[in-house]
Amino acid sequence: MTMMIAILALAAGTYLIRLSGPLLRRRMTLSDHAEQVIRAGATVVLLALAVTAALLVDGGFAGWALPAGVLVGGVLAWRKAPLALVVVAAAATTALLRLAGVA
Amino acid sequence: MPFRILKRLDRGLLRDIAALDAGLFIVGVSFGAIATSQGVPWWQSTAMSLFVFAGASQFATMGIMTAGGGLLAGVAAGLILNLRHVPYGMAVGDVYWTSLRAKLIGTHLLVDHSAAFALAAGDDRRRARHAYWTVGVSLFVIWNLGSVLGAFAGQFIADPKALGLDAALPAIMLAIIMPNLRDRRTLAAGVLGTAVALGTSFLLPAGVPVLLALVGLVVMWKGANRNEETAA
Repeated sequence: MTMMIAILALAAGTYLIRLSGPLLRRRMTLSDHAEQVIRAGATVVLLALAVTAALLVDGGFAGWALPAGVLVGGVLAWRKAPLALVVVAAAATTALLRLAGVA
Repeated sequence: MPFRILKRLDRGLLRDIAALDAGLFIVGVSFGAIATSQGVPWWQSTAMSLFVFAGASQFATMGIMTAGGGLLAGVAAGLILNLRHVPYGMAVGDVYWTSLRAKLIGTHLLVDHSAAFALAAGDDRRRARHAYWTVGVSLFVIWNLGSVLGAFAGQFIADPKALGLDAALPAIMLAIIMPNLRDRRTLAAGVLGTAVALGTSFLLPAGVPVLLALVGLVVMWKGANRNEETAA
């Protein structure tokens, strides 16, 4: 029962959070520059999300295998490799390092 | 001729989205499997995937609840993780802000990857719309199929960590936002913001540090002032 309440509360709250972005945005009239900053803001959050996910797990250092795989994927992405290759190379690097005993 | 280029562009896009879907399918499976292993009935984990549709918060809230952390702590942790959707909505909301139905459904489909793909389309609004809806709808289907499957058959499916999938997901994100990072000032803001997020990760609850990354945007405000000065 408590789990169901938690699920519904999280669902409702998350929907309102998702709704608030466009509603806030539509209340402002923004210069072209401010609009660029807002778009960059979303990119900045996504980058921070990717990098923290690569380096930290449960509030501590993730170990070397994980960031090494992300780094390989990131370099391939920078070289404009297709996403499927990025996925496979990143996953394979990390999986093989773990198989070899690197944490 | 332009039509052919467009078609080829979209085929590349579809291939990228298929790779993304494959990765997140396995994460969805692992969500269902973990829920079941913690004694959560399949219909609850499925309801969560349907109605919340935000992976990190689902793992966090369910984890806290099943560990006996309590309703308030569980819901709060999930909601804090999801606050990052505010800047996403501000940046890409106009992509789905058309009919009432599109607004209501599009809002639910706002996730990290749908926002990232729409952003990557830049000023090409047709491509942004195409990318947003294709990613949002396909991820919604994949995520829910995965979590139902995981709830019933999770124990037969390989551990995402052994597959290195936890490395694939951040790499996918880097690949999607790469076109935007080629803009120097966005990159500078991103590097500064990421440093702030990393530095505060040890002190603050998950979800807050990535929002604090927005501090990195000061780099861009400075640039605007300088432009105005030279204009004046």
